[in-house]
Amino acid sequence: MKAYLSFFRIRFIAGLQYRAAAWAGVSTQFAWGGMNLLMFRAFWQQNPDAFPMTFSQLSTYIWLQQALLAMFMAWYFDDEIFSSVTTGGIAYELCRPCDLYAMWFTKNMATRLSKALLRCVPILLIAVFLPSPYRVTLPAGVAAGLLFPVSLLLGFLVLIAFSMLIYISAFYTLSPMGIRILATSVTEFFSGSLIPVPFFPAGLQTVMNVLPFASMQNTPFLIYIGYITPAQAPGYILVQLAWLAVLLLTGLLLMRHALRRVTVQGG
Amino acid sequence: MKLYLRFIGIQIRSQMQYKASFLMTVIGQFMVSFTAFLGVYFLFARFHEVAGFTYREVLICFSVVLMSFSLAECFVRGFDIFPRLIRSGELDRILIRPRSEIFQVLASHIEFSRVGRLLQAVLMLAIAIPGSGIDWSAGRVLTLVLMILGGLAVYSGLFMLYAGISFFTIEGLEFMNIFTDGSREFGKYPLSVYGKGVLTFLTFVIPIALFQYYPLLYLVGRSPHAGLMLLPLCGFLFLIPCYAFFRFGLHRYKSTGS
Repeated sequence: MKAYLSFFRIRFIAGLQYRAAAWAGVSTQFAWGGMNLLMFRAFWQQNPDAFPMTFSQLSTYIWLQQALLAMFMAWYFDDEIFSSVTTGGIAYELCRPCDLYAMWFTKNMATRLSKALLRCVPILLIAVFLPSPYRVTLPAGVAAGLLFPVSLLLGFLVLIAFSMLIYISAFYTLSPMGIRILATSVTEFFSGSLIPVPFFPAGLQTVMNVLPFASMQNTPFLIYIGYITPAQAPGYILVQLAWLAVLLLTGLLLMRHALRRVTVQGG
Repeated sequence: MKLYLRFIGIQIRSQMQYKASFLMTVIGQFMVSFTAFLGVYFLFARFHEVAGFTYREVLICFSVVLMSFSLAECFVRGFDIFPRLIRSGELDRILIRPRSEIFQVLASHIEFSRVGRLLQAVLMLAIAIPGSGIDWSAGRVLTLVLMILGGLAVYSGLFMLYAGISFFTIEGLEFMNIFTDGSREFGKYPLSVYGKGVLTFLTFVIPIALFQYYPLLYLVGRSPHAGLMLLPLCGFLFLIPCYAFFRFGLHRYKSTGS
């Protein structure tokens, strides 16, 4: 356990070093969120009744999404891990007395968390002071505020457990580029990071809600804005837990299978 | 030109060496734009119109942006990954050869997997055109072509600008994503959707509206001014400052030596 904690710490501290990049990221994400809001405003002006939530709820959703982007961005993968598999550097990792799955998992957590930490504060600070329907608001209630961090943590773990499957696929394909792009686009679409899930037709929403992707950013953000009421929240959190268990188990099994037959070519 | 064609031939052959990987990347590229299209589709299923534009008009707009962006990513890829050329020292090799730097950077990387995106763009045109009610005179066809070419010019300029900035810093480069990836993402709707301020900025500073919004008005028959069809040509003017900036950066370039 101590070993993983220090992996976490090293990655976390390393991530905090890139401050200029973080500022560039903050302004990029701020502009991105702003454009997104302007786009939805045009749809809202077109027909406010067709909006599945209030505009203020949507603003909060979008700012949370931008602030915590680094936690949930589907396109981010640790290139070091992929290249360690394709170049054979994995041999060194396998000599270490720790579990590869857990090590990769903690590294990913640390990188994402440090990035998110640097970026979320400035974005939220500015977004609080925007004019009324466009600003980020407090959680919908005390219960929502208490349930949000639980669901956020679970969503974060679900996302990493899913991306672990993509890392592991590198053992089988050796050129993970295609699978990466495919997984990214599917995740982005079904997790509601392109368009929040409530904007989709009802039938599709039912499908989306049982897929693992909605358990990532969708559930915690919808709990925060009160779209998922505190009474409904436990059900959604159970789904998150179930997917986390399934994805972890699949990942561990696949990893064990892959490592049993892995050949590192010498040279 | 003959040399460039040879380079194209080499690039195609080298990328075809890994057929499965190439195919997966093409499918991936297609899927990325396809989900973006689905997003538009489902939003329109709910709202029917946005800022007075219909679903088909928006699809034409999206298709033009996607087409010019993927063409630029395919043929101007060398500038898009310019920081890598600097870091790997490939730029130093380019500088000592007796050919223009621009030509060599362009020829060094041609990314054919963007065909996937292009395919999606063509598909959207095929969906949009039959029901759009556009009267396809020669002028309108020309407008569409000019829009795509103008877009290619503006995106090439942006990639060149990006390469120019990477001479000075690589840390702040993420900001340029708003104009490249961002304009692809948000350019799927006519830019007037985002309000006057954004439209003005994207007309006079980063001239995306010149090939997207204004000629679209003429194309779909919202504006009778045929002159709008020539606006995308102004996109080519955007190349001048971008090129100048790139030269300026190149002039100050010192190799890292490794």
